[in-house]
Amino acid sequence: MIPRQLVIALTALLLLALGLGIYAWHMRKTVAATPPPEGDTRPLAPPVAGPTERVTLFVAHDSDGTLRPESAQIPMPSGRQQRAEELLRSLVSLYLDKSSPHVLGAGSDVRSVFLIDPGVAVIDLNSAFADTHRSGVLVEELTVASLIHTVSANTPGITKVKILVEGKDRDTLAGHADLNDFYDVNAVNQLATQLQSP
Amino acid sequence: MRWTSGGGARKGSPFSTLNPGRTNPSQKWGTWIALVALAAFLVLSLAAAPEKHLSVYSVAANYSLPLTQRDNRDYVGLLEVLEPLGKVSAKTEGSRWRLRYNSTEAEFQAGKNKAKVQGKDADMGAKFFVENNRGLVPVSALSSLLPRILGGPVTLHEDAGRLFIGSIATHFTASLASANPPRLVFNFSAPVNPQISSEPGALRMTFSHEPLVAPASPTLTFGNKMIPSANFSESNGNAVVTVSATIPVMASFSNNGRTVTIIPTNAPAQTASGGTETTGASPPPSPVPTAPVQPPVARKCFAVVDASHGGDDHGETLSPTLLEKDVTVALARGLRQELESRGITTLVLRDSDANLSLDQRAIFTNADHAAIYIAVHAASSGHGVRVYTALLPAADDDRGPFRNWTSAQRGALTLSRTAATAVASEMQKRQIPVRNVGAPLRPLNNLTGPAIAVEVAPQGSDVSQITAPDYQQLITSAIATAVAATRDQLGVAQ
Repeated sequence: MIPRQLVIALTALLLLALGLGIYAWHMRKTVAATPPPEGDTRPLAPPVAGPTERVTLFVAHDSDGTLRPESAQIPMPSGRQQRAEELLRSLVSLYLDKSSPHVLGAGSDVRSVFLIDPGVAVIDLNSAFADTHRSGVLVEELTVASLIHTVSANTPGITKVKILVEGKDRDTLAGHADLNDFYDVNAVNQLATQLQSP
Repeated sequence: MRWTSGGGARKGSPFSTLNPGRTNPSQKWGTWIALVALAAFLVLSLAAAPEKHLSVYSVAANYSLPLTQRDNRDYVGLLEVLEPLGKVSAKTEGSRWRLRYNSTEAEFQAGKNKAKVQGKDADMGAKFFVENNRGLVPVSALSSLLPRILGGPVTLHEDAGRLFIGSIATHFTASLASANPPRLVFNFSAPVNPQISSEPGALRMTFSHEPLVAPASPTLTFGNKMIPSANFSESNGNAVVTVSATIPVMASFSNNGRTVTIIPTNAPAQTASGGTETTGASPPPSPVPTAPVQPPVARKCFAVVDASHGGDDHGETLSPTLLEKDVTVALARGLRQELESRGITTLVLRDSDANLSLDQRAIFTNADHAAIYIAVHAASSGHGVRVYTALLPAADDDRGPFRNWTSAQRGALTLSRTAATAVASEMQKRQIPVRNVGAPLRPLNNLTGPAIAVEVAPQGSDVSQITAPDYQQLITSAIATAVAATRDQLGVAQ
């Protein structure tokens, strides 16, 4: 004969275990349904301290499919390569604003820019830049032309530009604009001129 | 020199006579004659049994593969079937053979009838074989396996050894244009280049490379005594149209290889311009020797229209229910109709939901020497139409007769711009907003002939407008009118 107190204690323990199991299951579902908190994926803003310079950014406008020069006063480091990086980061941060005329996906960033003599610039984008980019010939072309024309107009001596994504070759930006080959800066400059009028 | 019978030849066995020391000359010659006769018999026997083939027709390529016999069935290497169609790889792990085609995975096991495609069972109806890392599947299983691997329709004519991937068939009609002298006109839905041969009472057209399919009835009768009938048959990867004739007849090509006219050899040729090549067929009992005939034109079609994207490449997702790859096919078909209504022979490069790489598109167009290549794109952003020509990358110069692949367009860029300007002008006449700019858009830079791309966006904010038939027709008619207007300039290219 099992003592009555033992039966009661055992029953209470079983009920407690069952209750905890249900609670844990409920918590697990709640956690699964809650999206992970988004980190701040925006690129770092250019340094606010230090001497600033007036530069020309070539900004894409989706509304009429144009590339327009816009003057900006941004802090610029002294190194040639760092200057090119800051230029493009300023341009990208402009595109990350929701009111931008040519919105890029959240987290888009320029990882680095390498300047290789003679006259070669390599722009390394992060994967979010390409993965979240809208697809379309014109919309991709505007992004590519904006990046290349901005960096070449403000960095004398660049004749060829290669675009990488996460340090690797990629066929296209988002299904259309070719990233396999080196861009001829002269050809892109002519294209930018064409794109300045709607 | 001394011949020995070796350890295997015993005294008294037939082979011991090979020892010249024990053989008289007449025996030696007799043995050699017997051996030569045996060898000749074997060679003739092998030559008499033609090797069986499977002809595969697709948008990407038409090709022929040898068949092998296993368990009294025809087998073919699955990797070889898929290789020209897309990115494919295979791996052997023990008795298992894993295949990856683009993003589709399949697993086969040697000696088993069942396979798994994307995790689902597929019955092949016969055993799978792995030989030298080659996966052999029964030909009869292709009609069930390939649609699941390729993601599109496949038609197999198993007995004839012909496999059609997608909507690729070339159709034909035959009609007797006049009774005396009789003129039998075959019209084909795409350019053809058959091998012509004759035998007593018949002229035979053998289509080795064309996806020609049978008309409603394989035997066509014309109620004419001189050319009473024609018959369609297919076997061992070929389609054959045999024209019965009681008089000597010859075949003449016209309409850029889309029309073949059969006329009596003594009748004046009455074919469309360009139909010059002929060959004869004779009635019994005096056969005339014949030779294969090549159509006179170097290019099979004047325009190549490329429906961009396709297969796994969806292009832009224009709306939750609308993919760019589907819109481009509709636009390409409409453009073909508009071009052909203006007398411009046109090939749609992707007429189904097939995977077609940019290199394959360029290779095909360059090989065809098309006078104009038009890629069709669709977009949700912007308004109206954008016409693009190649933005050439920084590339090395051509080397001698070899053109740099990345800048192959350089020599034709001026003509491409002429065509693009003409298209833009026609759009403006129809009050469609239009831009005409360069673009880093492959395969434009890989093409050796004039090449443009047309990106169609809605005129307003409603993206569904790009699927509206009247809007599509407005755009395709503008492009076709522009191509027709510049036909003379484009036609002399290459």
